Amino acid sequence: MKTDFIQLFGNPWLAIGAAAVIVMGYLTVNSLMLVWLERKFSARIQRRLGPTEVGPFGLLQTAADMLKLISKELLTPAHVHRPLYLIAPILVFAPIMALCTLFPVSEHWVIYDYDLAVVLLLAFSGLNVIGIFAAGWGSNNKYALLGAVRAVAQNISYEIPLILAILPIVLMTRSLSFYEITSAQAAFPFIVVQPLAAIIYLIAATAETNRAPFDIPEAESELVAGFHTEYSGMRFGLFFFAEFSNMVIVCAVATVLFLGGWSGPLLPGFVWFFIKVYALILVMMWVRWTFPRLRFDQLMTFAWAVLVPLALINLLVTTVAIKLL
Amino acid sequence: MSSVPGPAMELVRDDEDRETYYLNMGPQHPSTHGVLRLRLHMEGERILSVFPVIGYGHRAHEKMAENRDYLMFLPNTSRIDYLSGMIYNLGYCQAIEKIMGIEVPERTEYIRIIVGELNRISSHLLWLGTYLLDLGGITPFLYCFDDRERILDILDSISGSRLTYCYGRFGGVTMDVDDAFLESTAAFCSYFHERLDEYEDLVTDNVIFRQRTEGVGPFSADLVQRFGLSGPCLRATGTRRDVRKDEPYGIYDRLDFEVPVGKTTNGDCFDRHTVRMAEMVQSLHLIEQAVRDIPDGPVMAAKVPKKIKPPAGDYYFAVESARGHFGMYIYSDGTDTPFRIKLRTPSFAHVSAMTEALVGTMLSDTISILGSIDIVIPEIDR
Repeated sequence: MKTDFIQLFGNPWLAIGAAAVIVMGYLTVNSLMLVWLERKFSARIQRRLGPTEVGPFGLLQTAADMLKLISKELLTPAHVHRPLYLIAPILVFAPIMALCTLFPVSEHWVIYDYDLAVVLLLAFSGLNVIGIFAAGWGSNNKYALLGAVRAVAQNISYEIPLILAILPIVLMTRSLSFYEITSAQAAFPFIVVQPLAAIIYLIAATAETNRAPFDIPEAESELVAGFHTEYSGMRFGLFFFAEFSNMVIVCAVATVLFLGGWSGPLLPGFVWFFIKVYALILVMMWVRWTFPRLRFDQLMTFAWAVLVPLALINLLVTTVAIKLL
Repeated sequence: MSSVPGPAMELVRDDEDRETYYLNMGPQHPSTHGVLRLRLHMEGERILSVFPVIGYGHRAHEKMAENRDYLMFLPNTSRIDYLSGMIYNLGYCQAIEKIMGIEVPERTEYIRIIVGELNRISSHLLWLGTYLLDLGGITPFLYCFDDRERILDILDSISGSRLTYCYGRFGGVTMDVDDAFLESTAAFCSYFHERLDEYEDLVTDNVIFRQRTEGVGPFSADLVQRFGLSGPCLRATGTRRDVRKDEPYGIYDRLDFEVPVGKTTNGDCFDRHTVRMAEMVQSLHLIEQAVRDIPDGPVMAAKVPKKIKPPAGDYYFAVESARGHFGMYIYSDGTDTPFRIKLRTPSFAHVSAMTEALVGTMLSDTISILGSIDIVIPEIDR
């Protein structure tokens, strides 16, 4: 059936090393391609061409951009709180990298099938906020601080509908393992029975990744660049990297929980998995380039007054249905 | 910092006060549309007081007017408000023509309507795009610029420039328009009607856009009067005032158009949006009439004095620019150089009103209101 890295390599340390290399390599290539995809996709929406010069279809444009970011001097402004300022980009990126190991990309392949994967997911995606707040606080800049305060309030608020949208799935499968949740969807994906939870999850996940229309922590027309105002070079690059990697994580979770993960006809499992993930990412991009941004208090009201009650009702209905059936 | 005097520079916080802070917005900020600087006294996300600091784009237009003759000031006029340069430029020509009693040929009057209203649409389009950008919607910005580009191409074809046209002359315009111009203008009109419907779908009916604008930044009648707001900001409050209707200049009194007003009596950001959208429709209507009825004939008056020497005295002439009431107060001492030209620009009044209109709002609303009044920084400073 499935093979995880510890079985494959025998030695846990070797498995961790291999996992780190694979995840890091995947995330790098993925971020580069996603930035390219976003630029092309938004260009098509806006009747433009997007990058065309570097490489075929401009494919190497983002690679060139990353080279530029890496080659830039790492500037540390004089007035920052140095330890917090320096550690923040790593704090934002590390949990995302760890989460990448959890996903069963096909029936046979999973880096590590952790039986408490859902709990780990929620814990690690919460850690992200600490990094963002460290960046905003450590920058010692009013715009950065405002952005960080908004980010913390937003992420904590949207964590609740997010958890409430995941719970019905856990109740239905009686498992916290991604592998088992996916296996339970062999007949039909859970979006069929849990459409409301799927929508709530997607909205909350968009807010978690701080993307438009929920990009309030980094709203450039209000806060210049929000919590990463004072960052430049590859430190800024890491925040950017984290945002795009986080998109993959939330879309992969949605794929596993609601779209049946690897299951699908004809094509091999991992192809189906990635098709679903990237289709969801395209939806997120489509939303981003269509809608204006919400106001901060409207965003909070939306979470607490609309999403949380809806998610609670959904949870209640699911519980009763499971009890009766 | 503290060595610089004046309230504008007092960014240092009172030590007793641990709850509030000062936020310096601009002059380099993505949403101050140039080099406006706002000094915001804030408590969390809420604005306690606003102090606009202007002057970063000052080019001394009024002073320049005192050092050159009337004709030499003409190129300056299209640079006061670079987004509706045609209207300002032609407005100044019309002012001088009225003072000197110069009769303008019929064809020129129609051309002036067409180019002026095209310019108004391009200005409103730029406003719509940047306003949505302020609210976080990036795509409409590019749509608007795409359409604005078509207008700029049309105006470029007759005046030779895209932004600072200087197309008017005392007694006429620099160049006659050809049939290709009239055809492309007519083609643009039919194209733009469809585009406006698209903007209504994409922007006006958008749920988030409505949430960000409806009920945000209402202007009370008292505030409107005290600060002398004009243009779409005034009309959004339900007051039907438009220089083109009230004191018609050119041939506006002969053409059929309406003055759109907001639905409520204390217009909010959404009203200002709908008024501008409706104004674009009216401008199209005006252009279509002018293109249909334009007669043949010369474009320059037969007799224009070589030296403009208005009789000593003071004169006032106003036009309706894309932003509101643009007035020129010309004081002549009888020589060929104006003694003083005072330019009454709408953006100055509008940015002054911000000191009251923004108080008590949240930072995001501040951006929304500031965007909705459509300021042009060089016009504030003159």
